[in-house]
Amino acid sequence: MPTKDVELIGLTKRFGDSVAVKAIDLQIYEASYCCLLGPSGCGKSTTLRMIAGHEEVSEGDILVKGRQVTWQQPSKRGTAMMFQNYGLFPHLNVEENVAFSLRMQGVGKAERSRRARELIELVEMQAYLHRRPHELSGGQQQRVALARALSTEPSILLLDEPLSALDPFLRIRMREELKRFQRELGITFIHVTHSQDEALALGDQVVVMQDGEIRQSGTAREVYDTPSNEFVARFIGGHNILKTETGTVSVRADHMDLHVGGLPSEAGARARLGQVVALEYQGSRIRVTVSENPDQDEARHVVELSDRSFYAAPANPGDAVGISWSAADEHLLAPTHA
Amino acid sequence: MIPRSPLSLFLKVLMGLFLLFLYGPTLTIMILSFQGPQGGLTFPLKDVSLHWFSSLFQEQRVGDIGSSFRRSLTLAVLVMFVNVLIVVPAGLALRRGFRGSRVIFTLTIASLVVPSILVSMGIGLLFSQTGVEANWYTSGLGAHLTWTVPFGVLIMIGVFARLNPTYEEAARDAGASRWQSFRFVVLPIILPNIVGVLLFGFSLSYDEMPRTVLAGGAHNTLPLEIFAMTSNVTTPVLYALGTITTLVSFVVISLTLLFITLARRRTGAVKKA
Repeated sequence: MPTKDVELIGLTKRFGDSVAVKAIDLQIYEASYCCLLGPSGCGKSTTLRMIAGHEEVSEGDILVKGRQVTWQQPSKRGTAMMFQNYGLFPHLNVEENVAFSLRMQGVGKAERSRRARELIELVEMQAYLHRRPHELSGGQQQRVALARALSTEPSILLLDEPLSALDPFLRIRMREELKRFQRELGITFIHVTHSQDEALALGDQVVVMQDGEIRQSGTAREVYDTPSNEFVARFIGGHNILKTETGTVSVRADHMDLHVGGLPSEAGARARLGQVVALEYQGSRIRVTVSENPDQDEARHVVELSDRSFYAAPANPGDAVGISWSAADEHLLAPTHA
Repeated sequence: MIPRSPLSLFLKVLMGLFLLFLYGPTLTIMILSFQGPQGGLTFPLKDVSLHWFSSLFQEQRVGDIGSSFRRSLTLAVLVMFVNVLIVVPAGLALRRGFRGSRVIFTLTIASLVVPSILVSMGIGLLFSQTGVEANWYTSGLGAHLTWTVPFGVLIMIGVFARLNPTYEEAARDAGASRWQSFRFVVLPIILPNIVGVLLFGFSLSYDEMPRTVLAGGAHNTLPLEIFAMTSNVTTPVLYALGTITTLVSFVVISLTLLFITLARRRTGAVKKA
């Protein structure tokens, strides 16, 4: 049984009359990478800020390593936060930013400089010791922010949309680095994001939130393969939501078959007829959007094919086609709340 | 390129006239202050000399320029620091909000519309009624603060509204106490603005007249002294005085702006030229 690093019990946040986080329960295991995923306004950032101690809790408890921290100072929780847009102190250089917490603790100048430099080397920023934040690129600022957050030797690192300020290319590189740091440091990372790709790529545990509630929590594979409800299936993307006799099911777009020139007889009830409305070439894959009825949004389905299987029997926009799926790829969804 | 309309030309001329109106009189006074010893209050210049500047520092028949100048400078420096010591904490408190903070804010700002002379009269009356002697460094200081504090509070509210709260959260995350977060993070970041408020306090006080008239006590500040002299002194010594006081203002402003620019450059608020 792995031990829990963070436990949230009935955690609630109210802003006036509105409830941002509704009595959520969550367990995050030791030394894991946890992603809080959801659309903006779902309460994921508020949850993170409550764990950090920067947002007062309305109700419920926060346990870090089994210790009650709900009302503790941010710096006494064993957590450290990496802020959105990093929040590096603009008047301090790289070394002074990283040494800030040590300076606050009253660590002597030589000692704090030595320890700050160690962390700066860890994030490979030793060439920029005396630069100020505005003289650094987004990726460099992020590394400094990471080193600064690690300077308090946290057992849990909280990251608020850490990659959203970077360009797409850098985002993927920094994503790999964050994962590497998490593994090498052996501490828990809790990472808030609205990007499904990011959550799936990084998360040992992916927590999908909507309207202040947790809709699903599981491994990245569990969430992607077996979304528990329609919201999760839609938000995580790459799924078709289909109404069948057994109920609403989800089928991964890459598990769908496309039939150019009519449906085969064995397809049975697990098939639809429609028209190709969009074709997207994505390099290794082709994304085909098929609509049963152009006036209905729910009647649009997506089939993702490898380039080989697509070009074996290509379709063009406007073509009448059939789509089908097998019973084994069907996943029954729970009715979506509200 | 946007085509030039007749309106744009008109606005340019208007702006030019405005600048002339703004600086013309000051420039005229500056030029006339170099009037020769035989010259009068108006053009033409009869010779160019520093005669009136030197006579400025000699004992005057009327008025005591040196003392009033010293008083005004001291008072302005006093107001400058006391003002900042009031408005920075006030800005912090109003930003966090407290019971009645809106009322206090409104009352502070509303006082700006009360005619200066009434404020002065009220303070003067208060002191005379309570039997406390009115003086430039007591009642006068208070009267000046009634002018600088509302402005300062308004500026600080704007400054704190623009200050990203993430900096303070990051400081607290790193284990800084409230005081440490203010001392080591907030204060250095807002320092250029504070210098601006210092300057503002200085310049508002340095040339303030209506709020000093009835609250400043027996000894005149420089604006009062100059005002008194305009009816008595009929030589260009008045202009020399004007030139010198203007120069003091410009030096103070230039030093402040220089400091603000350097400080901003350090944090990257202004791109390096």
